[in-house]
Amino acid sequence: MDSIEQVIRARDLTKRFDSFTANDRLSFDVYRGEIFGFLGANGAGKTTAIRILCGLSKPTSGEVSVAGYDVYHQTEQIKEHIGYMSQRFSLYEDLTVGENFRFYAGIYGLPVRTIRPRMDEMLRSLGIGHLKGQLIASLPLGWKQKLAFSVAVFHKPSIVFLDEPTGGVDPITRRQFWELIYEAARGGITVFVTTHYMDEAEYCDRVSIMVDGRIETIGPPAFLKEKHQAASMEQVFLKLARKRQNEREPQ
Amino acid sequence: MKAAVDVRQISKSFKGLQALKEATLEVRPSEIFGLVGPDGAGKTTLFRILVSLLLPDGGSATILGHDTQKDYKMIRRITGYMPGRFSLYHDLTVSENLSFFASIFGTTVRENYHLIRDIYGPLEPFAHRQAGKLSGGMKQKLALSCALIHNPSLLVLDEPTTGVDAVSRKEFWEMLAVRRAEGITILVSTPYMDEAALCDRVALIQNGRIMGIDHPDGLVKAFPWPLYAVASEMMYPLPGHLKEFHLTRSAYRFGDRIHLALREDDPESVESFLRSKGHTKISLSSCKPGIEDCFMELMVNGQH
Repeated sequence: MDSIEQVIRARDLTKRFDSFTANDRLSFDVYRGEIFGFLGANGAGKTTAIRILCGLSKPTSGEVSVAGYDVYHQTEQIKEHIGYMSQRFSLYEDLTVGENFRFYAGIYGLPVRTIRPRMDEMLRSLGIGHLKGQLIASLPLGWKQKLAFSVAVFHKPSIVFLDEPTGGVDPITRRQFWELIYEAARGGITVFVTTHYMDEAEYCDRVSIMVDGRIETIGPPAFLKEKHQAASMEQVFLKLARKRQNEREPQ
Repeated sequence: MKAAVDVRQISKSFKGLQALKEATLEVRPSEIFGLVGPDGAGKTTLFRILVSLLLPDGGSATILGHDTQKDYKMIRRITGYMPGRFSLYHDLTVSENLSFFASIFGTTVRENYHLIRDIYGPLEPFAHRQAGKLSGGMKQKLALSCALIHNPSLLVLDEPTTGVDAVSRKEFWEMLAVRRAEGITILVSTPYMDEAALCDRVALIQNGRIMGIDHPDGLVKAFPWPLYAVASEMMYPLPGHLKEFHLTRSAYRFGDRIHLALREDDPESVESFLRSKGHTKISLSSCKPGIEDCFMELMVNGQH
């Protein structure tokens, strides 16, 4: 059955930096087409895990595959089959909208003849076909983020990693951004997202919460609220994350 | 009561982009005043003008009666400023940073240690670590310590909690409440709408324009429409369907519910409309608006 296909399969994923264990035996699956929220306090080990899942770093031990490829030996294939966007990583400010699309599509090896129609279609569905020739620098932050997302999924990856994608935008734009996420997920792209906005955790199909390098809890938001007897995901998060030792110093 | 900060009609443009449009506000002594708005709203520009790092194109501002342009030396003495970007010296240690800021203000860490004891205390074990090698939460504590060490009357904090997790944010606001109780006035900006509730008064700002100023409760009470929290078994298409309903003012996702503002208070007709769209297990209950509801209403509506 397609719906239970695992896009990420992690068993005992462990990453150590000298004596510091950043990821301690993480075991979880992420299924095709789901929106998976990856939460945790600063320093809990999220970034370390995401770098491994994106093929940028290797685990110390454990079995991990992404889009069917092994994170030890098939990192190049992984990079071809994922998309990535973060608040900091955005588009080239001194290139136009169209140039950014062509640049990234080229990097992913898309044939030139498919780039233009797909780009036009994407810009039209965002309602900004007229902005194709505009420099990124001239656009408001909300549009940059929507475009950065569109670029990240332009090569139709199996999974897209969104690292705090909505930081700093106004509440209306933030919600429009989530509509894009829903659409991508309905189109079969798996979405792996981190956020500090706890209301956004409620928008995910399933959520995991990391505390001190471990996955402390995992499940659909409604299940987690019941399990931890909390009214909101914010309360669930505070209950679990407060258990952490005082300050932990990564690396 | 005399204002701690008095901002009158401040405007500022950068290369044709108007960052502030006649911003006017007053901060009262010993209150936590929040400037709430997204990136690019003009928050940092206003703060930089207040702490005398930037000149306005028009308008004026005073802090404790001192003009931010004419009396800039005094302004710098009486304010503690924590910029949005980590602005301490990465290659100095934690304790060197603190001593440096104390000495340029003509004081010592020992003299004013009581002001920062509870904030700086957890950093003591790391006193000899380079500031650049601290975690985000610890950098934030050190920056706040450096902004407080000269005993300022006004603390200006530019997005101190941006990019910080929910737990550290909560702790940071608890520290601010302690400072306020000690009598210091705090002007703080944030893009997180939920933090508005932790301020005594807030100004909502968007596109350089202040859209509303009030107590958090006052802003919420001014929300002009009946508001409902709606859920059904089909959450994905629910906002789209609600927007098609003729009495809908707005429909936005809020966690596991949709907040529905109605032009006329007629929840029964909403339910029957949703049933006609195929929704079942419809839950519809009256709810209290939050600051985020108010902010979005003001964005769409202009001022009340």
